[in-house]
Amino acid sequence: MLLCIENINVYYGNIQALHDVSLTVAKGEIVSLIGANGAGKSTILKAVSGILTPRSGRILLADKDLVGVSPHRIVRMGVSLVPEGRGIFANMTVRDNLEMGAFTRNSREEIEKSVAEVFSLFPQLRERASQSAGTLSGGEQQMLAIGRAMVAKPDVVLLDEPSMGLSPLLVRDIFLLIREINRAGTTILLVEQNAFMALSVAHRAYVLETGAIALTGIASELRQNAKVRAAYLGDVAE
Amino acid sequence: MRLLRSLVKTVAAYALLAGSISFLAGAGFVNPYWVQILMLACIVAISAQGLNIIYGFTGLFSLGHAAFYGIGAYTAAYLMKTYGGQSQAAFLAALLAGGGASAAVAYLIGLPTLRLTSDYLGIATLGFGIIMKVVFDNADSFLPELGGARGMTGIAKMTTIPWVIFFLIVSLLVVRNTIHSRYGRAILSVREDEIAAETMGIDTFQYKMVGFVTGCAFAGVAGGLYAHLYTFLHPSNFDFFKSIDILIIVVLGGLGNMSGTLVVSFGWIFLLEGLRVFLPPGYVELRWVLIPVLLIVTMLLRPQGIFGAHEFPFLRGKGAR
Ligand SMILES: Nc1ncnc2c1ncn2[C@@H]1O[C@H](COP(=O)(O)OP(=O)(O)O)[C@@H](O)[C@H]1O
Ligand SMILES: [Mg+2]
Repeated sequence: MLLCIENINVYYGNIQALHDVSLTVAKGEIVSLIGANGAGKSTILKAVSGILTPRSGRILLADKDLVGVSPHRIVRMGVSLVPEGRGIFANMTVRDNLEMGAFTRNSREEIEKSVAEVFSLFPQLRERASQSAGTLSGGEQQMLAIGRAMVAKPDVVLLDEPSMGLSPLLVRDIFLLIREINRAGTTILLVEQNAFMALSVAHRAYVLETGAIALTGIASELRQNAKVRAAYLGDVAE
Repeated sequence: MRLLRSLVKTVAAYALLAGSISFLAGAGFVNPYWVQILMLACIVAISAQGLNIIYGFTGLFSLGHAAFYGIGAYTAAYLMKTYGGQSQAAFLAALLAGGGASAAVAYLIGLPTLRLTSDYLGIATLGFGIIMKVVFDNADSFLPELGGARGMTGIAKMTTIPWVIFFLIVSLLVVRNTIHSRYGRAILSVREDEIAAETMGIDTFQYKMVGFVTGCAFAGVAGGLYAHLYTFLHPSNFDFFKSIDILIIVVLGGLGNMSGTLVVSFGWIFLLEGLRVFLPPGYVELRWVLIPVLLIVTMLLRPQGIFGAHEFPFLRGKGAR
């Protein structure tokens, strides 16, 4: 397993947000994490990326424990987060945002190459390279956030609700891109409220309910699961 | 090659500025009083550029800038008075020691506060400024030379036009070259979104520390220049209101704008002194009505600072990455 979360308990002050959560992500997989608003999905990603520290449990990245390691070190270990709300630097240009993504890397040529790759993956971004990122549309900002995570050349990308606030057409584009990025070799842990999309793109999935894992399995099987259909897919079943 | 050319240009600018002003002053074309004000403006500009690093570029709210200015002033003055005599080399060393002392204290304050959100630094520096005022007031009880509330006297007049222009140019170069580097972009990203910066792999604590310590070092050097310009130090020169003055300069100049900070520093000092000359006697205190009004009007008309995002050509990046 590339990423292995073992029985983590995470608190905000005295309020417990995660109860003994365990999950695994194998190299090359797309694993989705679905659940209602407030279930604790973002909290899991924050714990993995080091923004929050679990009170107990372990988070192993290829056998190295990430608990207690600060976020900027975790990035260097190969885990990049695309946070909820994107976290782009609105006053910097698109290009500078991408350069920031490559902060942990040193070779000028390789950074240029990665930036060029992002531009070919997201041609809109190339057109707006010297525009400040705050002037981008929601979809473009999401692309920038994903692109910025990619130029760090991570082994694992944590995506927090990439579909949020996007039109259905854009949502489809983003999910196609996620699949493309994964095919190129990046492992993905994807948090989504859009369960239908998340289950279509993922290999495996976990269902999170009030801070605990309620269900897990192969994504295509979960899509057929009666409980999941009722709770998360509504009438959008294919 | 480019480095050499830029070095030659800088030295030429320095020689021209320092030479011509010194000549005008020496030949009596400019009244010595205004020469002194000009030097004060340069000193304030150095200190303000320091706060611009801290608040403008790094986004750290500091309310104690004058205290760091004071630490530099008293440190340099004490060292010169006790060991330095009239030597130019000793003066340089004393100024750097003043900057170093401010930097060291800033580091100690930064250690517990910079891991927290920015508000904590604001509160800590506010408290620190007030404590330092008390320390300056009572400094004579541990070092009689510092004079305490009576003020420190007998400081050699060492600060000259070439010295202030030299340090002003150095401070501008340091800020310009840092900001347009990879390091500078990292500092700006901390200001924009600390958590996002951290998830880019930036050690935000370290960058905040460097910004804070460097900015305070500028204040310390400026303080040393100030001490050896007026040859007299009084704790009231370093109180809370003096911190606010510098804050106003940086905000009016536009946060993170070097040109604005520079111009407003000069404007501020010349306005204060100009009003002292031009207001009829007995009305001089009207300055403290006129200036706030001016402040409000400026902020209404130019909320992004008088310069906005514009920089003088010599303060712009070279487009090099
Ligand atoms: N900063 C915070 N302080 C206190 N409670 C929080 C904070 N962030 C999230 N929570 C709580 O933790 C729980 C999980 O939140 P979150 O992980 O953001 O949910 P999700 O991403 O699944 O919508 C929620 O009950 C939420 O109210
Ligand atoms: Mg969330």
